[in-house]
Amino acid sequence: MEPIDSSLVDWSRAQFALTAMYHWLFVPLTLGLGVVMAIMETLYVRTGREFWKRTARFWMKLFGINFAMGVATGIILEFEFGTNWSNYSWFVGDIFGAPLAIEGILAFFMESTFIAVMYFGWNKVSKRAHLASTWLTIIGATISAWWILVANAWMQHPVGMEFNPDTVRNEMVDFAAVAFSPVAVVKFCHTVTSSWVLGAVFVVGVSCWYLLRGRHREFALGSIRVAAWFGLAASLLTAHTGHLSGRDIALYQPMKLAAAEGLYEGGTEQGLVLGGILRPGADWVGGNGDDRFLLKVELPYALSYLATHDLQGYVPGIRNLLEGDYRLPDGSVALSAEEMMKRGRVAIDALARYRAASPPEEKAAALAVLRENFPWFGYGYLKSPGELVPSVPLTFYSFRIMVMLGGYFIVLFAGLLLLGQRVTRWKLVQLAVVLTIPLAWLASQSGWVVAEVGRQPWAIQGLLPNVAAISRLDVSSVQTTFFIFLALFTLLLVAELGIMGKAIAAGPETDSTSN
Amino acid sequence: MDDISFYQEYWWFLVSLLGALLVFLMFVQGGQSLIWTLGRTEEQRRMLLLATGRKWELTFTTLVTFGGAFFASFPLFYSTSFGGAYWVWVIILLCFVLQAVSYEFQLRRGNVLGTTTYRIFLLLNGILGPLLIGAAVGTFFTGAEFVVNKSAVASPAMPVISYWTGPWHGLEAVLVPQNLMLGMSVLLLTRVLACLYFAGGIADESLRENCRRRLRIESGFFLLFFLTWLVRWLLSTGFAYVPESGLVYTETCKYLHNLLEMPGVAVLLIVGVLLVLGGMVSGLCGWRRAFWAAGAGSMLTVLSLLLCAGWNNTAYYPSVTALQSSLTIANSSSSLFTLKTMSAVSLIIPFVLAYIAWAWRVLDRTPITPEETEGEH
Repeated sequence: MEPIDSSLVDWSRAQFALTAMYHWLFVPLTLGLGVVMAIMETLYVRTGREFWKRTARFWMKLFGINFAMGVATGIILEFEFGTNWSNYSWFVGDIFGAPLAIEGILAFFMESTFIAVMYFGWNKVSKRAHLASTWLTIIGATISAWWILVANAWMQHPVGMEFNPDTVRNEMVDFAAVAFSPVAVVKFCHTVTSSWVLGAVFVVGVSCWYLLRGRHREFALGSIRVAAWFGLAASLLTAHTGHLSGRDIALYQPMKLAAAEGLYEGGTEQGLVLGGILRPGADWVGGNGDDRFLLKVELPYALSYLATHDLQGYVPGIRNLLEGDYRLPDGSVALSAEEMMKRGRVAIDALARYRAASPPEEKAAALAVLRENFPWFGYGYLKSPGELVPSVPLTFYSFRIMVMLGGYFIVLFAGLLLLGQRVTRWKLVQLAVVLTIPLAWLASQSGWVVAEVGRQPWAIQGLLPNVAAISRLDVSSVQTTFFIFLALFTLLLVAELGIMGKAIAAGPETDSTSN
Repeated sequence: MDDISFYQEYWWFLVSLLGALLVFLMFVQGGQSLIWTLGRTEEQRRMLLLATGRKWELTFTTLVTFGGAFFASFPLFYSTSFGGAYWVWVIILLCFVLQAVSYEFQLRRGNVLGTTTYRIFLLLNGILGPLLIGAAVGTFFTGAEFVVNKSAVASPAMPVISYWTGPWHGLEAVLVPQNLMLGMSVLLLTRVLACLYFAGGIADESLRENCRRRLRIESGFFLLFFLTWLVRWLLSTGFAYVPESGLVYTETCKYLHNLLEMPGVAVLLIVGVLLVLGGMVSGLCGWRRAFWAAGAGSMLTVLSLLLCAGWNNTAYYPSVTALQSSLTIANSSSSLFTLKTMSAVSLIIPFVLAYIAWAWRVLDRTPITPEETEGEH
């Protein structure tokens, strides 16, 4: 039988990354802008001021334009688990499929039903029923995020399942462990609050554009007031949940942390790299003692504290993780990558014997070996330890971009709140806020690059590498669909930006203070 | 209750119900395929698109949930069909991508592709969506070219458990006459439903008259395709399996036997077909609520056909290249624990249906008027 073509894995990954990144251009704006407009409509219902209704309706118009693209790109992602990752779909479908089904039943229907009332129901339902529909639309979107992030968190830290050699797949044994895994909770909070930040940046950015142009002053100031408070709270929550997320990564995905920090040689009392430049072409797998940084600025002890909550805590580097022989938090000694791969091959071989054997005693013996070595099952598919090291430059720089921009957003929102109405006099600030809009997307995308590139080569951490997760397709088929999706999504993105630009240029419905 | 076969049958019922709901809601696609046929003026076309524009997301969501539910309850189907019949599923998905943006973008200022382009997208979705979904579902009865070997997981060089044996990756399904006939039946049914929906929900007499005229043609073609398909289906050789051993074998007139052995399902089919016929006839006579009769009939018909595909020891996704690779609800389902857990979640479905019904009612309480196309959205 022909072995898997490695370029098939690369193209399948590229296609998934493409669709996921396009999808994530729209989803965070849906989550963030949705809350902002719902708050504005709440203000309308509570105060009765038509101003807030006009304001809410304007942001709803932009929400709708963006929402359509989120839906369009999302459907591809869901079905790609089947089309391009069919082995994955069987191997863990028993666990992974459930959140997707629940997402559909609980969240998608709520979202799609109430968004219709939100748009078409202004004159058909009462004010309060309309407000409830608006909130239910965004609650539906947020519940949807919950379930898909539960699924994603499970891939980063698989829990609540057992391998069944008769069905040759992992099966769920503890739903609560999957649905409420601490990693999932932190991931959800971090992702959703960061989406709120993006929504708030968008609102203050567009509002500042109006101020720069001297248009819709009252509308812009009202929007900034709501979005800046919301954005500041969300930024602080994002920073806190980001810290918790870092701790989870240290515990469950130490290689990702090492890559994000550019930490080749680990140790105690490790400093956190605040900023740095990696040496181009540095060897992150080889064991020589070269300095892999051209420049770096560190915060002493901070990485040890982040990873272990102890300033003297031990943090393994890439070399340590590959060579093993250091103490794990539970007191045991870490295995080398070679040893884990060896045990993984033993597990796979035991599975083959279990499937082929018919005498019960032979089956039992094979099963015992499989169970003993199953924790390293996924390592058995790897060919060399070097495959365990993700792209360090991509992970390292993305992490820094995300963190630095996160800090900047806190300053931005706090500054806007301090300035209050005086922001109308600060043209440079207005310009800076407008230019911040794309930075919110850069931060958001960078976060996902850290999360997903940093966990390579795993589709499911430690259990299933990408090479064993794919569909058996011709490379040319995947290449063709990659370029079809690329062309289509780019075309639609251009169309959306054009429509969004015109809608922003047209501004909200006329109010007495415009111009 | 710890009998996995109960949950497998329950989840096959739910997946079938979602499939039935999807076919009913694809009246949206039927409506899109008739934009230019029914809408003689721009105002009429806008009213047609406003009518379906309030509902497209529901259809879309049902498709996504149908996929999610299939994944969760019968992951081996998800893995085998989507990974193997790659091209047919990709084309279906692309059709729906085009639809998702078209309603929102078509009339917006700054729309670089132009209104007509988006309406062509809607037309493509309206024709290809039902046609290809119908043809893909046709393979539930005619089979597909795949092999499943779960032991492959233990072969590190090639661990993929299922693969397609033909070069067309699903497109060959459209060339099977029986599949094509089912695809055409679904397409024509969605157009019939759309005519009935427009006739009952738009306050424009000339448009209603167009709908009634069109209904006559669409109904005739639908009956021709569907009844031909139905007779051939009843007489076709189907795929059965022995529950104790899982051994799959072919059986003459399997689906006819299924109806005879499951009289409740047979009643669903007969009532469904009669309701569709009744809906068509009453629609032609000008009854405004004919849509609901035909819609309910469509759901019952599709539900009964899908139940025949998976219940009564039937292989619902037969392999024509390796018979023993065929998928049954017994060999392709999730574990008992997962099925039970999701069954608990499924208890919320009546609540979901209730709020959908409320939203539908408040939005469709009054027929769409030409004035509404100016102020909405």
